[in-house]
Amino acid sequence: MARTDPKKDVVIVGLGWTGAVLGMELAQEGLEILALERGEDRDTVPDFKYPNIADELKYAIRYDLMQKPSASTLTIRRTGDEVALPYRQLGSFLPGDGVGGAGTHWNGHNWRPQPEEMRLRSYTIERFGRQTIPDGMLLQDYPISYSDLEPHFDRFERMVGISGQAGNLNGKIIPGGNPFEGPRTADYCMPPMPQTYDATLFANAAKSLGYHPFPRPGAIASEAYVNEYGMQLGPCSFCGFCERYGCYNYSKGSPNVCILDALKRKPNFSYKTRAEVLRVELAADKKTATGVSYFDHRTGEEVFQPADLVILCAYQLHNVHLLLLSGIGEPYDPTTGEGVTGRGYAYQMNGGVQMFFKDKAFNPFVGTGSNGMVIDDFGINQIDFGREGFIGGSYISSGTTNGQPIRSMPLPAGTPAWGKGWKDAVGQWYGHAMSIGSHGSCMSYKNCYLDLDPTYKDQFGRAMLRMTFNWNENDIRMTQFMRVKMEEIAAKLQPDLMQSNFKKEGAMYDVRPYQTTHNVGGNIMGDDPKTSVLNRYLQAHDVHNVFVMGAGAFPQNIQYNPTGLVGGLAYWAAHTLRTDYLRQPRNLA
Amino acid sequence: MKTLMRIMLALIVLAVVTIVAMIWIPVQHTASKALSESSSAVTVARGEYVTRASDCMACHTTDEGQPFAGGRKIESPLGTIYSTNITPDNETGIGAYSLDDFRSALYDGLRKDGAHLYPAMPYENFRFLSEADVQSMYLYFMQGVPAVHSVTPQTELTFPFSQRWGLRAWNWLVLQDPQFKSVSDDAHINRGAYLVQGPAHCAACHSPRNLVMAQDGVSEDNPAFLTGGNVAGWSVPELRSKDSVAAQWSTQQMANYLATGRNAYATSVGEMSLVVEHSLQYLTDEDNLAIAAYLTYLSASSDAGVLSTQSHIMPTDTERLLTSADPSMPLGPRLYLDNCAGCHAVDGRGAAEIFPVLDGNALVTGDSATGLLHIILHGAELPSTERRPAKLRMQGHAWRLNDEEVAALATFVRQAWHNQAAEVSASAVQPLR
Repeated sequence: MARTDPKKDVVIVGLGWTGAVLGMELAQEGLEILALERGEDRDTVPDFKYPNIADELKYAIRYDLMQKPSASTLTIRRTGDEVALPYRQLGSFLPGDGVGGAGTHWNGHNWRPQPEEMRLRSYTIERFGRQTIPDGMLLQDYPISYSDLEPHFDRFERMVGISGQAGNLNGKIIPGGNPFEGPRTADYCMPPMPQTYDATLFANAAKSLGYHPFPRPGAIASEAYVNEYGMQLGPCSFCGFCERYGCYNYSKGSPNVCILDALKRKPNFSYKTRAEVLRVELAADKKTATGVSYFDHRTGEEVFQPADLVILCAYQLHNVHLLLLSGIGEPYDPTTGEGVTGRGYAYQMNGGVQMFFKDKAFNPFVGTGSNGMVIDDFGINQIDFGREGFIGGSYISSGTTNGQPIRSMPLPAGTPAWGKGWKDAVGQWYGHAMSIGSHGSCMSYKNCYLDLDPTYKDQFGRAMLRMTFNWNENDIRMTQFMRVKMEEIAAKLQPDLMQSNFKKEGAMYDVRPYQTTHNVGGNIMGDDPKTSVLNRYLQAHDVHNVFVMGAGAFPQNIQYNPTGLVGGLAYWAAHTLRTDYLRQPRNLA
Repeated sequence: MKTLMRIMLALIVLAVVTIVAMIWIPVQHTASKALSESSSAVTVARGEYVTRASDCMACHTTDEGQPFAGGRKIESPLGTIYSTNITPDNETGIGAYSLDDFRSALYDGLRKDGAHLYPAMPYENFRFLSEADVQSMYLYFMQGVPAVHSVTPQTELTFPFSQRWGLRAWNWLVLQDPQFKSVSDDAHINRGAYLVQGPAHCAACHSPRNLVMAQDGVSEDNPAFLTGGNVAGWSVPELRSKDSVAAQWSTQQMANYLATGRNAYATSVGEMSLVVEHSLQYLTDEDNLAIAAYLTYLSASSDAGVLSTQSHIMPTDTERLLTSADPSMPLGPRLYLDNCAGCHAVDGRGAAEIFPVLDGNALVTGDSATGLLHIILHGAELPSTERRPAKLRMQGHAWRLNDEEVAALATFVRQAWHNQAAEVSASAVQPLR
């Protein structure tokens, strides 16, 4: 028997970065807000305390802070001919769980998209002609520009506490920063972190080839910092336990450290943990939502939570799943190309070059999640799409994030996986390796999408989400282009051994090795309701009191880590809600 | 023998005189002071503000209870005292109190029925409250606080402390002239002095206690006033010398500390965190600055704010030892590197508002190491305040370090950098677990 709880003004689904931002911003409007989080509550002490959190086996191998596939997963296939199977062991991507979400266990890389990426279709056609766009690619403009979002990027960066070096201040190029970035109105709120040896070697080599190295911007505090909510960070100690871990040092920006204690003081805000939202409930005419139904894991019952405004702030995959289950937006059909919900799923195309040096020692146990020097000389706005035969780009970087013994033990190819041979190689090479990585764009395609699985059901009897995704030639050409550039830089460093790992033509998506938790699209934003679920305010075209945060809104992926854009969009949506929608709830487009 | 007899005789005479006096002299109720402001200055809002400044909430509310409904356990050197219900409930609270009854409780430690309150109620300090503040508080308690019907546990101390009438003698000995004396021509400093000596009752912890356990100094004419005390074994910092934080912090930094429990150098600990949480964060910036200005004036400092948040230019020997990361270094510094240096850094200077400076930190170098040991063992949490909402936490290490290790670590930080405090023995650690 379902329970019905007293009505709230706003219900927020998921208490990670976007849920915390929207909670904080809307709480300032005096609205009664309830956030529902399916996972456990978390805070620096006791959950991330030292040295318990620095346990690689527990957190990095067994994924203690991540979503548990036994409780929640999806099915995956590469092509429409395959039968999708449940993702029973985490590998390729690691959705977060619990209060703070993936914002607690990220590395902290924080980027803005290039202005050109926000209007990639128009930019491509203007510069290189319509024929550059291959068949099957769903290239779209974002329905909002870089300059519209600039104040919101800035706000998010100041709230999270990003250390970095501006490269373009109001159009003026600043030495030492990224000269290819969009103009920013102000510098980062903290100076960049000091760099490790490998990053310095990379930067010197890149510079000698005429490139423009700059320190990676990241949510790792380089000094004591206080944000707009009065929340605080302390300087990082380079322990090297960022990604997959919570920070014990109050040094990594997370919703818990940057927002939640301030939000919890608001008497009109409350949150429930172990409250897993099952669907958004719609009014009979399907034009508005009446609230959400969730499963209360504490009491074992289904609860209807009425609300005037529903904001989906879960991970991208869950947001798309909830939209499909709730009947918001027409489900996408890859055969006709019609429908919107689930359309335009994309990922990230990365590659790397590993180098081994007999005579260089790198002290890999000193690092931060956002350590590293970067070049953006082969970013999207620097590539001639017509000449190179692909649409996209990458940033290229080098820097140690950790020296954890289980996973961070790079060894030359052909080394035995165990026994004396392995031990000898570890003895010889631990601390003597560095790598250069590329982090590149991934376009959206007609045949890469999300829908409801026809076979597998979850613990609540709901059809699971099904992902159909494979690598595409365009992005493989892009990464092969990067390989050539990166091997040139690597060769400059004269390593004793060098090995590359890039997707080759015909490569199929392999869900087993970790690649990146940058799953995007599926509920993309756009001006045309025929090709997008959300309008430029992240409001559902069809159901005006449902807003959806997160990277599901990306029409195709940017070349950067998505958090900066996700955060900027969240502040933009919050701004719209506060200054417009709340006064007169309606479809804003 | 003769001398002893004389002393005995004198004591007996004194005792008889005291008892006769107690029988014949009626209990004194300090009269109301002149209302120096217009009666329109007496408001509920002002009463609420003075109540906050007086931190009534801290003792008269339990963690889960209704505001001012009492029942909180207060561990005193005499035994456990339970705070009373001071909501305007007629039966269980102070609903039947007249303004005069209310004033007598604040000024003389007297209940309406004439019984003496234990001096856990800081009437030694509340005697300095102005008439406008007393009347405003009365108005607030009668009109602004919801009545809660709640019987609080009886305080039952052991003999002789169970004899409340004995407090009459104590009051004769201890209580000072209730008139707050202005200390300076500067109204700002005077306001600070009034807050410190009166409502905020700083001397209750920051002054030492004399032989009869009274505050040794409730105002600055006593040279022992605010020269440091001891609460439940924790050294409470002195605020009067040129070495004190009162002299070394700028008034702005002191005001930041009072309002948020943190500043460029320090974070609040122990009882002070509760004071910040329940009282000082609600004061106006001007009042916290006034308190800071008075403390600066009192410490007679001409160069306040000389502390720097920057590292010293020359690394100390301690810093050199820690930076060497020599595996053969003694246990204390090794434990510091393994457990503390991530936040407090090898120079012991931490980071502003979040990781307190340990070099010269009064808690670290206090005569008693109890507070330091307690924090190493059980950690600490900063109060959430409007301006600084983060409940920043230091984790405890009781589960991770044994008594010898805690003692070695505490001894190390007490003697590291410029610190020169006595060493700590392992036997001091065990009782605090």
